[in-house]
Amino acid sequence: MNYRNISLFGMIFLFLIIVGFSQSWNVAFGLLNLCLLSAIMALGVNIQWGYAGLFSIGTVGFVALGGVAAVVTSMPPVEEAWRTGGPGILTAMLTAIITIIAATQIWKRVSAGIIRNLLMIAVLVGGFFLFRGMLDPAAAIIEKINPAGEGYLGGLGLPVIFSWLVGGLFAAGAAWVIGKISLGLRADYLAIATLGIAEIIIAVIKNEDWLTRGVKNVIGIPRPTAYEVDLQKSETFINNVNWLGMEVIEASSLYVKFSYGILFVIVLAIILWMSEKALNSPWGRMMRAIRDNEEAAEAMGKDVTKRHLQVFILGSAVCGIAGAMMTSLDGLLTPQSYQPLRFTFLIWVMVIVGGSGNNWGAVLGGFLLWFFWIEVEPMGHWILSILTSGMAEGSSLKEHLLDSAAHMRLITMGAILLLTLRFAPKGLIPEK
Amino acid sequence: MDILHALIVLANFIIVPAIAYGSQLALGALGITLVVGVLRFSNFAHGETMAFGTMIVILMTWLFTAIGLSIYPLPTALLALPFGIIGCIAIVLLTDKFVYKFYRKAKSTPVVLVMASLGVTFIMNGLIRFIIGPGDQRFADGARFIIKARDFKTMTGFKEGLAIKVTQSITLVTAIIVVAALFWFLNKTRTGKSMRAYSDNEDLALLSGINPERVVMITWIIVAILATVAGTLYGLDKTFKPFTYFQLLLPMFAAAVVGGLGNPVGAIVGGFIIAFSEISFTYAYKKVFTYLLPADWAPTSLVQLLSTDYKFAVSFSILVLVLLFRPTGLFKGQST
Repeated sequence: MNYRNISLFGMIFLFLIIVGFSQSWNVAFGLLNLCLLSAIMALGVNIQWGYAGLFSIGTVGFVALGGVAAVVTSMPPVEEAWRTGGPGILTAMLTAIITIIAATQIWKRVSAGIIRNLLMIAVLVGGFFLFRGMLDPAAAIIEKINPAGEGYLGGLGLPVIFSWLVGGLFAAGAAWVIGKISLGLRADYLAIATLGIAEIIIAVIKNEDWLTRGVKNVIGIPRPTAYEVDLQKSETFINNVNWLGMEVIEASSLYVKFSYGILFVIVLAIILWMSEKALNSPWGRMMRAIRDNEEAAEAMGKDVTKRHLQVFILGSAVCGIAGAMMTSLDGLLTPQSYQPLRFTFLIWVMVIVGGSGNNWGAVLGGFLLWFFWIEVEPMGHWILSILTSGMAEGSSLKEHLLDSAAHMRLITMGAILLLTLRFAPKGLIPEK
Repeated sequence: MDILHALIVLANFIIVPAIAYGSQLALGALGITLVVGVLRFSNFAHGETMAFGTMIVILMTWLFTAIGLSIYPLPTALLALPFGIIGCIAIVLLTDKFVYKFYRKAKSTPVVLVMASLGVTFIMNGLIRFIIGPGDQRFADGARFIIKARDFKTMTGFKEGLAIKVTQSITLVTAIIVVAALFWFLNKTRTGKSMRAYSDNEDLALLSGINPERVVMITWIIVAILATVAGTLYGLDKTFKPFTYFQLLLPMFAAAVVGGLGNPVGAIVGGFIIAFSEISFTYAYKKVFTYLLPADWAPTSLVQLLSTDYKFAVSFSILVLVLLFRPTGLFKGQST
């Protein structure tokens, strides 16, 4: 860390403090929390792209898996659903696993030829019908139970903090499957495959109501922190607030945001510390060697595909953790909110702008770009209203332009990416 | 047993739509595969290129309808198509000049070009939403059906109808014309031959005096034509929505990879494979089985393999299968 980097971080905190004074501290802390989450996601992408040069554009899928983890670990179980539909769902899942294991075993053990292909197809097709035959009726039963409030399995009812780890595990599992298939082929195949898996994960979350309630959203996911309502009733809290001379309602929501912030800072610090250690270890040097010259690294006896798989899983897991954290911050899972623009593309821009290959750079990019992302829309509106001020009131072109201000985000983010790639490919804090 | 009726149902709900959708995908995949062949990177902005060309076609269609120009019974969009193509060529050549050319000269790795194309994707997407909005636009006018389901029933006396939309037949005819012209160009003209030579072996082509910048420019022009035609046909047949065009990227890539990246014939075959599997995996076969099976065996459920929301899963699975078992695609394409 030199003075330049410290001043870059100082600038962001200055921005946040300005927001705190000019708008409200609630807004500032809300921004800070999402900045922290963005920084964690950016670290995940940085592990993949910065360390190893893997171009994976399925971040949104891994983040969404983290969100599912938050639901299935922490929501209270819907007991009736478990009793009536649970066995069906479990046997269906078991069937799916057995089918896949059987198919891979056939692939490994039977000698190549038409018989092997036919056997595999038979097992896969048969397994699929069995799976659907068990899943569909069970899902139908579950979705009928109190559809307005439940209609899904619920979760395990564990403390929500655990789900952060589970989110990481979910994402790692998905990454393992994708990595196995597409790593070792030409570089763009990983991009296509991750794009596809992200679409499918989101389609599953939107449509499998028995798991995530689909578009009906899951609300009221337990929190790792106190609730505003409880704080407002607590004597000690009210006394403390009065002593500080603040309003109880505002103070309570500030307190909640602050406690989330502390938890997030702890997670960010742990991940950042581990990333730094890994990057500066022999493992990290090997990764960079592979990134810079695959042939040479392979000639030195490094198993490039295996290392790529490893780093891809690690990066995805970090994104999954961040996804679970975000869902527990929101307290709800809304499948429609998982937009590739917001969760894949924006994170990528953060890494590139911050400085790919440098963990502090990714964190800086996360903070800076999130701040920018929030502020671009009002800025776009402001610029357009100046540009259109000369036009006649109520002209249709003027209204169209003002309505379109929201799309400025897309253009600005694309332009930032292209300009950084072209003129400052190393980013704000370049790799050492 | 009523095989004839079952066949009519299949034709109406699977074969006819899949031929139209397959032609659209094939045209899209051809564009992707040409960029891979000549420029050697996967162009993630291809969906947006399609949408951009289509947007100009839509704007011109509105203009023509406003001044009362029409070619009834054909949709006005066909008249606007050349303008869309010109607009699309302009934007594609501009992006090449300002974005891709730099990396080409610097001999960057394909990944950097792919990333740049992602940046282009978002700028184009933003522009499109800025100009025409993110919502649905229907711009198909003119006659709607060549054969209506009811007319088919009265004409033939069958219980099931077979409807063929005007847009479906236009899609097929246009696709055949465009593909024939493309193959004539690639195989018979000097420029087309130089393009193929450049795609096969860059160094050898340079040695024999082929101007690479010219080859690149012509490739972009062809890609823009293909993209606008594909996008307009898709929009006429279904509807125009910017986000749908972005999502088309996955089936189109799957089509290009299935056929073998860089191989034009493969892209066409791949397009039809993806279209047929996507539609036949997500179609509910209840009616077909009702005709085929004895009355008391008739299915009570929809007999649908996958709900239509999972159509991406179909193209994705095909993509994965090809990557696992035959990374060069069905026809020899580039690999690793």
